[in-house]
Amino acid sequence: MIEIKELYKSFGQKKVLQGVDLSIQKGESMVIIGGSGSGKSVLIKHIIGLLRPDKGSVFIEGLDVTKLNEKDLYKVRKKFGMLFQGAALFDSLRVWENVSFFLIRHRGISEKKAKEIAIEKLRLVGLVGVEDLMPAELSGGMRKRVGLARAIAHDPEILLYDEPTTGLDPIMADAINDLIVDLKKKLNVTSVAITHDMHSAYKIADRIAMLYEGQIIETGTPDEIKNTSNPVVRQFITGSAKGPIKIEGVTDE
Amino acid sequence: MIKKYIERLGRLVSFFILEAGGIVLFTARTLRQLFTIPFDAKLIILQMLSIGVRSFPVVFITSIFTGMVFALQTYTGFKRFGAESMVGSVVALSMTRELGPVLTGLIVTGRAGAAIAAEIGTMRVTEQIDALETLATNPLKYLVIPRFLAGLFMLPALTVLSDIIGINGGFIVTAGIYKMSSSLYWRKVWDYLELGDFYNGLIKAAFFGASMALICCYKGFYTQGGAEGVGKATTQAVVLASMTILVSDYFLSAWLF
Ligand SMILES: Nc1ncnc2c1ncn2[C@@H]1O[C@H](COP(=O)(O)OP(=O)(O)OP(=O)(O)O)[C@@H](O)[C@H]1O
Ligand SMILES: [Mg+2]
Repeated sequence: MIEIKELYKSFGQKKVLQGVDLSIQKGESMVIIGGSGSGKSVLIKHIIGLLRPDKGSVFIEGLDVTKLNEKDLYKVRKKFGMLFQGAALFDSLRVWENVSFFLIRHRGISEKKAKEIAIEKLRLVGLVGVEDLMPAELSGGMRKRVGLARAIAHDPEILLYDEPTTGLDPIMADAINDLIVDLKKKLNVTSVAITHDMHSAYKIADRIAMLYEGQIIETGTPDEIKNTSNPVVRQFITGSAKGPIKIEGVTDE
Repeated sequence: MIKKYIERLGRLVSFFILEAGGIVLFTARTLRQLFTIPFDAKLIILQMLSIGVRSFPVVFITSIFTGMVFALQTYTGFKRFGAESMVGSVVALSMTRELGPVLTGLIVTGRAGAAIAAEIGTMRVTEQIDALETLATNPLKYLVIPRFLAGLFMLPALTVLSDIIGINGGFIVTAGIYKMSSSLYWRKVWDYLELGDFYNGLIKAAFFGASMALICCYKGFYTQGGAEGVGKATTQAVVLASMTILVSDYFLSAWLF
């Protein structure tokens, strides 16, 4: 379904992706873990063609999105829903208009019907009575959930979640995890989620991949990852400051 | 010393050439979206309101006072050689050919152009433009086309009003303060004013409106670096658009009139 091959991306001098290989099956839920600044968001943006790689390809059902022309790229994007790390809600539109944006624009659904669907999707992410607010009136966690509602509103085949549970309280985070698992079970969506939250990763992942120094250094089921012998991965999942991963600027004495 | 200035001038020129290239490409990419579906009538009307209708109060004040001061200066100046009866012609010709379009262009740039650059720039740095793309919506079509069309049509419309208001401003001063006969003022207005003066002015205004909107969208679209970047992009957009209006005004005038 999604095939990432030998992906390279630098910003100026900064090498971010240095040969990423990863493939995700149809209906599979892949979780990408990795340190802050390791390039997870950059990687996920390549999957939907927001960034163009310096080298390498990303195949979506056999089509290389890095080489598509504009028109075909937009066509492929209709299969996707994406939640941004910072939610990226449209400031100038009401919450319900954000959520039903795709439906109104591409499915020609009437505003009245679209608002009903938006309200229903908002309920799925635990929000009630916010549909007429402007995004600026929401808290950070609420914005995140509106972003999630917007991503799932048109029932896409592929969902990309950039940190779906950060900024939420533990109970709400777990409810969102359940929602993600549910979408996968009921609608058989293929998903790629980025998270720092290992509890959430174990819960939603079929497989977990770790991005480190520009490459995927390990992939495996949650159980395989828990019992990994790779010291880098082990340090990351146990959340220890001591180990092979060095934090820049922080030196141990 | 002189070398330094030449260097700085060189850098400025190369900056403008680089920007010009970017803007031409951006324009070409935008215009390709003009005739694709869906046609965003609602967005276009909203932009026409915000660029056109809401700029009217400032255009009104500027135009009426410009017409007034113009009448005042020409009257006192022309009186020295007994030509004060020509005030109406001078005001009418300069408003329609020059001041109407240019002043309106500059005012709308400062008011609406800055807002365009800041809004689109903010959308860029908060990933709202990326979000549009993930929702299979071309941001050039969704954001730039409505602003471009609003600039293209609303600037001439505002200029018509500006011309009328300015000429009336001149009338207020000549008739009200200098007690010139009002029929003389209006006769002189119509005696020398040709239709071409009026609508060549409008062609200029349309060009100013379109280029102002495109430049401000372009600067917003390629904003980098957070809130500071938005500030920078906004300033550059206003400077670049104002310069473009003033420079292209000369060449358009030389070509049209
Ligand atoms: N548009 C850009 N221009 C320049 N550098 C960028 C850009 N986007 C990302 N980077 C750089 O790429 C690196 C990876 O960024 P990315 O946002 O992918 O990190 P991340 O793994 O998502 O981190 P986090 O967990 O903190 O969100 C960072 O060093 C960042 O500075
Ligand atoms: Mg990130």
